[in-house]
Amino acid sequence: MASGIKDKVAILGMGCAKFGERYDCGPEDLVNEAFQECIKDAGIGTNDIQAAWCGNQYLTESTGLSATPLSVMLRLNNIPTTRVENMCCTGTEAFRGATYAVASGAVDIALAVGVEKLKDSGYGGLPGASMGPKDDLWWPGLSAPGAFAQLASAYRAKHKVSKEDLKKAIAHVSWKSHQNGVKNPKAHLQKAVSMEQIMAAPMIAEPLGLFDCCGVSDGSACAIVTTPEIARSLGKKDLVSVKALQLSNSNGLEMGHKSWDGSYFVTTRTAAKRAYQEAGIKNPREELSMFEVHDCFSITEFVTYEDLFISPEGGALKDVMDGFYDADGKIPCQIDGGLKCFGHPIGASGLRMIYEMYLQLLGRAGERQLKNPRFGLTHNLGGFPHRNVCGMSIIGRLES
Amino acid sequence: MSSVGITAYGGYIPRLRMSRKSIAQANVWVDPGLMAHAKSERSMCDYDEDTITMAVEAGRDCTRGMNRQNIESVFMASTTMPFDDRQNSTVVAEALGLKENIATLDVSHSQRAATSGLSAALKGISANGGETLFVASEQRQTKCATPKELLYGDAAAAITLGTGNLIARFLGANSINVDMVDHFRSKGARFDYEWEERWIREEGYFKIVPAAVKGVLEKTGIAPGSIDHFVLPCVIRGVRETLAKKMGMKPEAVRDNLMAGCGETGAAHSLVMLVDALQDAKPGEKLLVVGFGQGADALLFEATEKIGDLSPRKGIKGSLINGIIETNYQKFLSFKNLVPIEWGMRAESGARKTRMTAMYRDRKMFNSLVGGKCTQCGTIQFPKAHICVNPDCRAVDGMDDHCLAESKSRIASYTVDWLAYTPNPPLLFGMVEFDEGAKFMMQFTGCKPEEVEVGVPMEMVFRIKTDDKGLDFKNYFWKATPVVQN
Repeated sequence: MASGIKDKVAILGMGCAKFGERYDCGPEDLVNEAFQECIKDAGIGTNDIQAAWCGNQYLTESTGLSATPLSVMLRLNNIPTTRVENMCCTGTEAFRGATYAVASGAVDIALAVGVEKLKDSGYGGLPGASMGPKDDLWWPGLSAPGAFAQLASAYRAKHKVSKEDLKKAIAHVSWKSHQNGVKNPKAHLQKAVSMEQIMAAPMIAEPLGLFDCCGVSDGSACAIVTTPEIARSLGKKDLVSVKALQLSNSNGLEMGHKSWDGSYFVTTRTAAKRAYQEAGIKNPREELSMFEVHDCFSITEFVTYEDLFISPEGGALKDVMDGFYDADGKIPCQIDGGLKCFGHPIGASGLRMIYEMYLQLLGRAGERQLKNPRFGLTHNLGGFPHRNVCGMSIIGRLES
Repeated sequence: MSSVGITAYGGYIPRLRMSRKSIAQANVWVDPGLMAHAKSERSMCDYDEDTITMAVEAGRDCTRGMNRQNIESVFMASTTMPFDDRQNSTVVAEALGLKENIATLDVSHSQRAATSGLSAALKGISANGGETLFVASEQRQTKCATPKELLYGDAAAAITLGTGNLIARFLGANSINVDMVDHFRSKGARFDYEWEERWIREEGYFKIVPAAVKGVLEKTGIAPGSIDHFVLPCVIRGVRETLAKKMGMKPEAVRDNLMAGCGETGAAHSLVMLVDALQDAKPGEKLLVVGFGQGADALLFEATEKIGDLSPRKGIKGSLINGIIETNYQKFLSFKNLVPIEWGMRAESGARKTRMTAMYRDRKMFNSLVGGKCTQCGTIQFPKAHICVNPDCRAVDGMDDHCLAESKSRIASYTVDWLAYTPNPPLLFGMVEFDEGAKFMMQFTGCKPEEVEVGVPMEMVFRIKTDDKGLDFKNYFWKATPVVQN
């Protein structure tokens, strides 16, 4: 049996640009902002990097085909540089490429960059993307909030939850993230909002109102990874290592088979089981210190609590209302403000989540710092509940 | 000549009904006379309906409980077909899941397209036999602030023709050709140009129609007084009544021209009125159907004793009920493509270039809603795939075609999407689960947000999926609509 990724790779440095409507920046500016912080943190030179992965979803919006633009903008030393795309898991996918390269022994030090420039599109939303000539002909021309909103009706039907109770719970999910975002200078939205504001906001896709949806932002984040041995040889004392890296893609069951009831993510449940096993976590509700989930919409975060086996099946509502996931709760979720406050520059999001977990593990999260965290989990969900890809990482302090 | 005639009928009137009062009130500043027509409602196509989709629905209604594989030919009559060069009746035939080796034909270019086509189709059957589906469908377009905008409507009707099990026997037909330009629409024009109504009445209806009718009565030896149902579309006040009197028909034979809830549906209207008449006809009653336009056609039928045995269907009468009244004139104009609405950039990505090759490869899937049934485990699935979706099966390349268009289904999840582009916000869609097993996400249409909830029974309707503005092309697919209880 495969031995897994646990503790084979350490994070040498990370960086993250200020997220937001960065009309002042192109993708090269955003990448540079994140990269300069990252390489300084790593304490190495650009020529020490032996391979790089650049995550970027929209071909038409940021840097185009291949990762050569990344190599050009960072003046990489003609090293192998690859563009990766896996929808909303793109940032995590770039991190997976770099981590696996180091773990394989093919290279000593690798770079993962995620970037997305969304605010050149001309409007407030994600640019349209083709599903291919066949599926474009029959899939409903749905919006992202519309796709995810259906989780709510299916969840209500399954667990006999009233419209009002579920709306209040998902409003709390967004309220909590906004509270956290206030303390994060890199977040796009750094403003608290009241429950009343959230509940009364205009409807986007029933039952998701404006505040149930994450923002649209430009952003970039990156990581440099190496082996724990090399990290120590470079003078790093407190090490953060990768405990698990998982990816799970739909195989068509959701959109084609009666066994899926539409109220949860098949892939998240699969990836979570594999990730816990890889990381050696037996009881996530007891062992996880914090986590960042893909809160593209409040309802996504809500059902993900159960899909990660932290809340029991049907128990998310009680946990949310008990404040279990609030900053002062048992397992804070979205301590950095989440997609809710950072927006979702697709290629950057996964790495931005890992960045926050990394800061927290090293005690560098400033005002948001949690007490003595041990494991942090990140979760991305690309596509729709009906057909998607889930990416997951668990990182933690490397016990020597 | 063996006995030929009508074996079944069906009808379709869009559920949307535009309030005539709303149209009149918006335009009364142009023409105060419009208020004279401000009664009841006229039918209007939903944003995703056109003559093809209406023809399909009328065809489905008509062929209810019938083995469609027996149909040997399809005729479609309309002057408002979506395509000038792409056979519209072929799309209808595929949507109905008919077999491939049949004849299809579009008939157009006159208000009497339906009656002329019907006459030709009946002559063909007399000679060669074979079950024929004949549909007529019209989506009318007028300028704003004309009486016609209030008087016209959109609808379709269908009948099947054959030699056995007749519900109405064909007695004979007569046609007269006269190039009288009462109105015209030149190639590429959007609107009709019309000449004076009084002239059309005096020189047209009062002279040409009697000549056509006289011919068929003489051919068949039927006395005008024995006509029980006189079908003649005409919006000019009093014409039908005067004609009946002039020709010696009973006043009560004059059929209602369906202005309440429907309106005059152009080339489709003679067939629409005929289906309405068949729904009333008793065995032995005679029906005279007239189409007028550059001459006139007159066809004579006699209802048989089998007319009462036809299985339940909507027809025109059933389609008239359950309308949804629309009072927003601006919306009516937008659906008729008469006002440019700013839909935002999101609408630009709403229609991606249609690839004809991709559409062709999977046309059964798009046109006929054909999925797959696994020959190993029996799981019904959509789309049909190489490998079975059932996790416990995974059989490779063992799937039969399975059509879901007439299958029972219900909503499994839904949303009301105010962000996605649709010409009729909000976009309603969700997962639809079929009793037989298939399950997939589809658009909902013909319903209001408050009508959707998990568990609501749905039925399939053939609609415009995307209006590809770039190519000026429409592609069709099936959508789900709540089952309407009649």
